[in-house]
Amino acid sequence: MNPVFFILAVVTLAGALGAVALRNMVHCALCLAVTFIGIAALFLHQGAQFAGLVQVLVYVGAVAVLIVFAILLTRSGDARKGVAVFSRSWKTGLLTAAATLATLVAAIVNSPGLLREAPRAPELSVRQIGLDLMSQWLLPLEILGLLLTATMIGAVILAMPEKPSGEPAPGPEKGARP
Amino acid sequence: MTPLPYWLILSSILFAIGLAGCLVRRNAIMVLIGIELMLNAANLNFIAFWRYGSGAEAAHGIMFVLFAIAIAAAETAVGLALVIALYRLRRTVQVDEADALKADDKPR
Amino acid sequence: MTAASIDQVFVNAKQALLSLLPETLRPGLSMAINAAAILGTFALLFAVATLLERKGLGRIQNRYGPNRVGPFGVLQPVADGLKMLIKEDILPRQADRVVHFLAPIALVLSVLLAYAVLPFGRNMAPIDLDAGVLYFFAASAATELGVFMAGWASRSKYSLLGAMRGIAQMISYELPLVLSTLGVIMVTGSLSLVEIAERQAPPAGAILGRWFVFTPWGLAGFLLFMTAAVAEANRAPFDLPEGESEIIAGHMVEYSGFKYALFFMGEYLGMFAASGLAITLFLGGYHAPFAFLGWAPSWFWFFAKLLALLAVFIWLRGTLPRLRQDQLMNFAWKWLLPMSLVNLVAAGVWSYSAAWTLPGAGFVRWASCAGLLILPALWLSRGWRARVGPRVYRYA
Repeated sequence: MNPVFFILAVVTLAGALGAVALRNMVHCALCLAVTFIGIAALFLHQGAQFAGLVQVLVYVGAVAVLIVFAILLTRSGDARKGVAVFSRSWKTGLLTAAATLATLVAAIVNSPGLLREAPRAPELSVRQIGLDLMSQWLLPLEILGLLLTATMIGAVILAMPEKPSGEPAPGPEKGARP
Repeated sequence: MTPLPYWLILSSILFAIGLAGCLVRRNAIMVLIGIELMLNAANLNFIAFWRYGSGAEAAHGIMFVLFAIAIAAAETAVGLALVIALYRLRRTVQVDEADALKADDKPR
Repeated sequence: MTAASIDQVFVNAKQALLSLLPETLRPGLSMAINAAAILGTFALLFAVATLLERKGLGRIQNRYGPNRVGPFGVLQPVADGLKMLIKEDILPRQADRVVHFLAPIALVLSVLLAYAVLPFGRNMAPIDLDAGVLYFFAASAATELGVFMAGWASRSKYSLLGAMRGIAQMISYELPLVLSTLGVIMVTGSLSLVEIAERQAPPAGAILGRWFVFTPWGLAGFLLFMTAAVAEANRAPFDLPEGESEIIAGHMVEYSGFKYALFFMGEYLGMFAASGLAITLFLGGYHAPFAFLGWAPSWFWFFAKLLALLAVFIWLRGTLPRLRQDQLMNFAWKWLLPMSLVNLVAAGVWSYSAAWTLPGAGFVRWASCAGLLILPALWLSRGWRARVGPRVYRYA
């Protein structure tokens, strides 16, 4: 096992554990950011430079920030004593997750076809990705653009304060960004 | 080079952690965090299979990851907007307290 | 020494240093030298910039500025630095210790990482990354988290308000910031900053360089980029996150001593990095403005342009009043964002109209691109006079 992989895996998993298990939700969000960075580093380690950079830009720059913003807006940040953090059915949930993990690991371990050497690192320039996006993947890209537009409008409408009819609704002060 | 099963096991553990977080936490934002972790585990798999698969159609794994990232971002934006709307309506974001269909119900 | 050897003096010095060492250590050490050079240069520039800013602001406000330490006050940064270093590091009792400690580090680190792709001179980019622009934005994405960590961990109302303002502002202005660079990327067809800089070299025989700022979309893109960059750096007139008159110093209220110095440094380094990107994208990178000035080394031009942009930053801070929060948000979403999208269209028109061969095509091309930008700008700014014009204060 490659030491770089090992270190990155440990950091990523530690971040993920912190992100779901810590009491204070702001700590959870910050741990989540660590996980995102760890995964981006794993992408870079695999030679997927573009995907790794997009991962940092979107997840750390946008998703993590959106999550901390939501935590602040819903006042979930101050973990009060006595308020249960875990649901009543947490045992079932944990059991489900463990069963899923066991199934996945069993499937992976019992697949000898997976044990093969990696071919040499593919030479994939940003230009090539761009050309592919604009030719082979054009339709998905356009649909994605439509989806993101719809998402932006939807998020703004959802987060807009509801006014009684008759009064003009104020413009969105903080637009959510997709 | 690390063999492929290590990558798959790493992403399985990540997926299981995300699933556990999704199922055991009460706060709706934490459920979203769990979903994000699961999506990231899937992305990790895409990249691993891209790297270890046949090199001819090289870009497919990357493309899947790019689209998944974009859709995950959209999902987070809408999800968090929903959470904020829920908070505005019920003054709570605990998923097990948001169980009434009528908006003007007083929280119990 | 010839002009070419002065141009490459730093590159050659690094090569000479590396050749003294065994082969296996060289890649790692090359990185270390790059990092040390960036840190040293920009820390020094930070010190100089604080002095220049205080002097410049003083002149704008009709006073002297610092003039006590050393001749003309030039040693003021040294005194400031010493003061910061030996000040007590205060931690609020309620504060979240770990996050409070990590916040300035996260901020400065993410800003510093962005420097890795900037070409400071010919052959002087630390890493020539295929996706350089993307890397730059990805690296500086974590600054928002740094601001949030600082504001939240201090457990102070002012800090939290400042952090909320800061994040909202940075998210809103990041969109026009990124979108305004897309025109350049579209026209050059590359995300590599080195290649973008090389594309702006003066063509053989011409006097004027082919800077992108000399095209209509480039000029508009540059102005949009600089506006968004001022906001990203939390500088006046967009310094609401730390507006002294309302929330003291925003997310930095509860910081003192060295940690505060780190925040301060992060702000300036972010400003330098954004200026460096603007220079590379729009102002011809490390190229001289005129071909006959090409004898001066390339790094000289880069840093000369950097200082010029720094002067613009200081000038803006000295002359513009602070915006209100709603004005700030409206400006980003209702003016900058649509304009940067329009600019993208203009860049497209410009790039496709390059093939026009009719007589007078050059003028038509210019006029159509400029019109494409000016008309929407005028339409979007309608009614501004009523909203931001002189106000009557009835009780003041």
